[in-house]
Amino acid sequence: MGGILQATIYPIMVMGGLAVVFALMLGIASRVFYVYVDPKVKAVEELLPGANCGGCGFAGCSDCAAAIVAGKAPVTACVACGTDIHEQIAQILGKTVEVKEKEVAHIMCQGTKDKAKRRFQYMGIEDCRAAVVVAGGDKECQYGCLGLGTCVRSCPFGALSMGENGIPVVDRDKCTGCGTCVRVCPRGIPKLLPVSQKIVTVCNSHDAPPVVKKLCEVGCLGCGICKKVCPEKAIELENFLSVVDPSKCTLCGKCIEKCPTGAIRQILPG
Amino acid sequence: MHNEVWTFSDYIMLVISAIFINNILLIRFLGNCPFLGTSKRMDTAVSMSLAVVFVLTCTGPITWFIQHYLLEKYDIVYIQTLAFILTIAVFVQLVEMVIKKISPPLYRALGIYLPLITTNCAVFGTCILNIREKFNLMQTIVFSFSSAVGFGLALVIMAGLRERFNFARIPKNFQDTSIGLITAGLIGLSFYAFQGLVK
Repeated sequence: MGGILQATIYPIMVMGGLAVVFALMLGIASRVFYVYVDPKVKAVEELLPGANCGGCGFAGCSDCAAAIVAGKAPVTACVACGTDIHEQIAQILGKTVEVKEKEVAHIMCQGTKDKAKRRFQYMGIEDCRAAVVVAGGDKECQYGCLGLGTCVRSCPFGALSMGENGIPVVDRDKCTGCGTCVRVCPRGIPKLLPVSQKIVTVCNSHDAPPVVKKLCEVGCLGCGICKKVCPEKAIELENFLSVVDPSKCTLCGKCIEKCPTGAIRQILPG
Repeated sequence: MHNEVWTFSDYIMLVISAIFINNILLIRFLGNCPFLGTSKRMDTAVSMSLAVVFVLTCTGPITWFIQHYLLEKYDIVYIQTLAFILTIAVFVQLVEMVIKKISPPLYRALGIYLPLITTNCAVFGTCILNIREKFNLMQTIVFSFSSAVGFGLALVIMAGLRERFNFARIPKNFQDTSIGLITAGLIGLSFYAFQGLVK
């Protein structure tokens, strides 16, 4: 009888004793090492998309939420979520939203396999960043898209896909404008454009006109014809590359007619 | 418990044996979950190693005390697993709270891997080995520490190799975890070369 009592009582006593000691220890520790966490941070974090794309400039969504609540970042810091989410975040914090137009990425190169010349056949690692290290990439144009799909693989929202001709295509519905592709591209070819911008010079080359003419059939020469014909003065030349200012552009289409290479294009229906 | 007095060189032997010859990951194959889970990047691997070194060096002696002063005294060694897991879980919780208070950046760097040490069989395995090898307190502390260092060494080697996988042409069927397991096996084999080091 004593044996059975021992066999049942001792383990219960020991485990119970240990549990009580540990519970007390943790209880005291949680008081001593108590860290206040603002409940707003949790609420904001739940509203954010949770893709940890880094488009806001913080390490992840939870970091971004903490910064928004602390006032170090604006309520619109998250570029990946829509204005309705921004409004909800502002509501939690009792702030108002300043409306900013949504941006989407656009691949600023049209130098497809048949239109842009190649210097050699690249057979290395399938990654643009690696290809750039090998003698500056296989494309003659040092500003052009290498088409190995680093941006396609890095897009956290699956908005990019590789086109048949070796230039990535942006799905404008899926693109959130987080800018991950802009950051990973070794040549900075994707650019964030306001979602309403319709006319754009789809080229990234800052080479002088004769160089571009030799290397690519569809590159912006930097000739300045578009600048001359534009009645609204919406086009500027920046180092042999024409840039359209969407706030001035009226979609008259004169630049598209006159462009000798077709680099300037209407990317959205009027 | 060993009754003979251990000299300094005996402790050196113990350390070398725990790190190289009987490496907890590569020879005993304990704790393979974090071995594959946290070895994709060097910085997480290093953080994980440090966390394990810290937790194991603390829980080793504590479980030793529980074994000798509670379980053996009341003749209930059979609830060893239960008692040890409880201790490890509580200790990991405690470490988490302390780190959260003292160093928030370190807490963020360790992330999910800190609470996951609770279920890391390398930690529990070492605590059991301490008892099975009949170590005394000093030997337990040394063995726990060097066993964790061995864990860290294997993890860092693995992370160094796996970072290179990004630039290797691996056949599709072998990518990710498959090549990870193959690599783990090959490192394990190479660690067998240390077998002749100490008798």
